[in-house]
Amino acid sequence: MVRLVNGIFNRLVIVIPFGWLLIFFLVPFVIVLRISMSQTAIAMPPYTPVFDIATGWEGLKDFLSQLSLDNFLYLTQDSLYLKAYISSVTIAFFSTLLTLLVGYPIAYAMAQAPRTIRPTLLMLVILPFWTSFLIRVYAWIAILKPEGFLNQILLYLGIIHEPLIILNTNTAVYIGIVYSYLPFMVLPLYSALEKLDGTLIEAAEDLGCTRFQAFWKVTFPLSLPGVVAGFLLVFIPATGEFVIPDLLGGSETLMIGKTLWAEFFSNRDWPVSSAVAIVLLLVLVIPIALFQNAQAKAQGE
Amino acid sequence: MKSLGSIRRSFAPWTDPSAKPYISFRNVTKKFGTFVAVDDLSLDIYHREFFALLGASGCGKSTLLRMLAGFEQPTSGEIILDGVNMAGTPPYRRPVNMMFQSYALFPHMTVEKNIAFGLKQDGMPKNEIAERVAQMLKLVKLEKFATRKPHQLSGGQRQRVALARSLAKRPKVLLLDEPLGALDKKLREETQFELMDLQQDLGLTFVIVTHDQEEAMTMADRIAVMSAGKVNQVATPAEIYEAPNSRFVADFIGDVNIFDGLVTSSANGMLDIAVGEGFTIRTPIGNMDVRGAARGFAIRPEKIRVSREVPPDAGINSVKGEMWDIAYLGDMTVYIVKLPNGQTVKASSLNAQRSVENPLGYDEDVWISFDGDAGVLLKD
Repeated sequence: MVRLVNGIFNRLVIVIPFGWLLIFFLVPFVIVLRISMSQTAIAMPPYTPVFDIATGWEGLKDFLSQLSLDNFLYLTQDSLYLKAYISSVTIAFFSTLLTLLVGYPIAYAMAQAPRTIRPTLLMLVILPFWTSFLIRVYAWIAILKPEGFLNQILLYLGIIHEPLIILNTNTAVYIGIVYSYLPFMVLPLYSALEKLDGTLIEAAEDLGCTRFQAFWKVTFPLSLPGVVAGFLLVFIPATGEFVIPDLLGGSETLMIGKTLWAEFFSNRDWPVSSAVAIVLLLVLVIPIALFQNAQAKAQGE
Repeated sequence: MKSLGSIRRSFAPWTDPSAKPYISFRNVTKKFGTFVAVDDLSLDIYHREFFALLGASGCGKSTLLRMLAGFEQPTSGEIILDGVNMAGTPPYRRPVNMMFQSYALFPHMTVEKNIAFGLKQDGMPKNEIAERVAQMLKLVKLEKFATRKPHQLSGGQRQRVALARSLAKRPKVLLLDEPLGALDKKLREETQFELMDLQQDLGLTFVIVTHDQEEAMTMADRIAVMSAGKVNQVATPAEIYEAPNSRFVADFIGDVNIFDGLVTSSANGMLDIAVGEGFTIRTPIGNMDVRGAARGFAIRPEKIRVSREVPPDAGINSVKGEMWDIAYLGDMTVYIVKLPNGQTVKASSLNAQRSVENPLGYDEDVWISFDGDAGVLLKD
């Protein structure tokens, strides 16, 4: 009896997460994929064909024959989309790099701090999550705008003589992304650095390394899993980011999230915006899958 | 020629007043906050010596080693290595290498790269590095494992890699922090002898930290017994065992029986200590002829005889007791005898024969006896 209950329990442990993934990831993905292969229409829902289960087998055949890859073809014909993808990936890449540069020293300092104050520091990193993401991004408008806090302080200190134009530029987008995603970089880095055995550094010093050399030869290589995790955790959402470029960016800021929003809400073109979403997914998933595959192989050796 | 215990090798620069110590700790004190880890300690170690720092955990032995390696700076006092004051010299500039208790192998590097690490750091030419690494791998018999990563090795193999890595730079002094602690007993014993051979062959100075007295006795030329940040005694293993200078050392190393009594008389170069009714210890005087003073007499179990027969001079270096416990250990048998005053005495005898006629049993009245010079008179 106990064995039977255990058996059911073991099955459940596997079934529940897979069921979750199936219902909340795979099914929506299939729906989006299906819309991306439809044509826009002034109707409800705003695309054709629509499958009616009452039409039976013939209806399904008819439905499938009307699906096409036209929308994906369209994405390659208008250079706007390609530019938006490239610009998104570029902005996301460099802002992730900046986040890494800012986050690494923070995580390192946290891992070096006395054990007793580490939970407090960790708390401080997580603290911003207690305020809505949207409100925090709005707050940056107040800081960065021409008559905002930053400009007022710089003017008061006499560092500048006329306000800097930061808001509604790509610079503001970088600032917004680095600020918003910093905890996602710091946490995996901290967990990688905190695990590091301090005697390894002593061993490196004993064998002739200065503190600085020991960092580059031992600490940094051993923190790479944290670097990779943090990079992906920031890079992926940053690529599809909509709120930050919309609120802080300007007309020059071209990001795929904004393009997608415009297709969906302004043009009411569900099929094209679905195609944009699918391509975005592929742009992110394929390189990451290849990378992880390569890493798994390297670890296997 | 008579000597205390057995001698491992004829090497005793500490008896030569003109010999210059290789490593000197001079009045070294190390405090962590208010805790005194090492307390005004002075110690000399000689070139090519295998020196052991022995003590319970927290006695300051590891701190002493870490100060020699440069990971800690003394609060006061100085450390001299090969004539150079080491104050302010960072670890990477000291001619010493350390083998860590946890081995501290770099997990992201292969065995080869671990061993080559220090050499590369010194800017040694590539072909020389390869040659030295090959030599080191051969020394620790790990040629076949050169391209493995540490996590693919067994505990004993890791220990060898750590040893090879710390020896690769040919340090003047090798520091070993509990190097065999993680190995099982059999492997540990083998490795002890290998380390001794290695130390002799390479002609290096080894300083080892251990809490295992057997390990220290096996390997070291001299042992420093430490407690509470101070050195209690520095001497050869035989001297430490046969002539401990204090109650602490006598008790810390091996098994010991201590008889406490008052000095009653001294005559013909012999000192009498009254331990209890009908039990007097008569021992060569030494330099502690203080009549009426309380003295302890420490004697090892294997130097006490147990028998049914009344020994000659009964009551002098002998006393009657009751057999309390018997433990048969194979190579020897340990007897616990209870004296009339309630003290229990441990005696052991070698089982040189396979069978014993009429063996001693529980609850029997027995006599324990020993020679007057088989034990040592304690000052404290």
